[in-house]
Amino acid sequence: MSIKLLLELFITFFKIGIFTFGGGYAMIPLITEEVITKGWLTSEQLMDFIAISESTPGPFAINIATFIGYNQQGVLGSILTTFGVVLPSFIIILIIAKAFHKFASNKYVVGFLSGVKPVIVGIIFSVAVGFILKSIFNISVLELSEIDFKWSTLLIFACVFTMTRIWKKIHPIFIILVSGMMGLIIYGLIL
Amino acid sequence: MQFILFWTFFKIGLFTFGGGYAMIPFIHQYAVEKYKWITDDEFLDIIAIAESTPGPIAINSATYIGYKVKGVSGSALATLGVVLPSLIIITLIAAFFMQFKDNVYVEFAFKGIRIGVAVLVLNAAIRMYKKLDKKLLSYFLILIGFLLVLFELLPVILVIVIGGVIGIIYQLVKARGEEV
Repeated sequence: MSIKLLLELFITFFKIGIFTFGGGYAMIPLITEEVITKGWLTSEQLMDFIAISESTPGPFAINIATFIGYNQQGVLGSILTTFGVVLPSFIIILIIAKAFHKFASNKYVVGFLSGVKPVIVGIIFSVAVGFILKSIFNISVLELSEIDFKWSTLLIFACVFTMTRIWKKIHPIFIILVSGMMGLIIYGLIL
Repeated sequence: MQFILFWTFFKIGLFTFGGGYAMIPFIHQYAVEKYKWITDDEFLDIIAIAESTPGPIAINSATYIGYKVKGVSGSALATLGVVLPSLIIITLIAAFFMQFKDNVYVEFAFKGIRIGVAVLVLNAAIRMYKKLDKKLLSYFLILIGFLLVLFELLPVILVIVIGGVIGIIYQLVKARGEEV
């Protein structure tokens, strides 16, 4: 057990907790940056974990904090990361509940959010592009020339994406099941 | 009372799959209809506040409702309640998953699942895009966020703050324009 790593886990997730506006998926870009550059997860492991988090109860933020904390430093690590990611919300909401009832209609808050929301949409699109490149072509944006083109992976993407566009209320767990089955069939039986 | 508060949020944490927004109907059912901890108006305020502050909506609403019911200790209990199921379940899965991750069939399935996850993230981006105000500034900011992060030109936090500052300046300039 390393006190330094425990502290770093706590601080990293505290930082992530401060800057997550707009729900779980808005967190993925920050997680990607912090956690992958620190070597706590590879981008494949992060994608695997998003699938696990979507198939288990609870908010994504808490689930991923717990998972990474446990992977790095066991139960104590998972408690610290979860505590870290929750603490900013907890403090901010207490202050608002106590003293700042008109918070959501304050002009600076409205202005700040009107700029943050579109930027986050752009950031999430960039994460989606990164994940598509990694999962389908096994490359990242900065190494486009080493493209590894496979019909099989493109086929899975086309099927799953079409399915979600036709059947818009489809539950994420179902998408994970279908893509998992297709992976098993295509890699396990055909290739 | 304090136990009911904890237990209610524990149940909400345990039974909501797929993120914060799935929790809203549950929270309404318990906190407004069943226990009458808050009114409908307060509930709408909480959603607005949760959307304008950082952090998961589940945590934000648990903290706020807990505070209304029983002050700081209430908010601590409600937040602990909503977090605890995830903490327990994910710790078990993390311990369990380690034993299966090297299985070749599990790896095949996850190769497919990673593509499914890419689709989930893409759909989340499309869904959030549809909820935006369609004005020129939004398109500009989407492009800024997309390019700066895609090519790793600036850290994500800095890009978010830049967006917020541009938003504040835009609102202030617009307000001044309306005064004149």
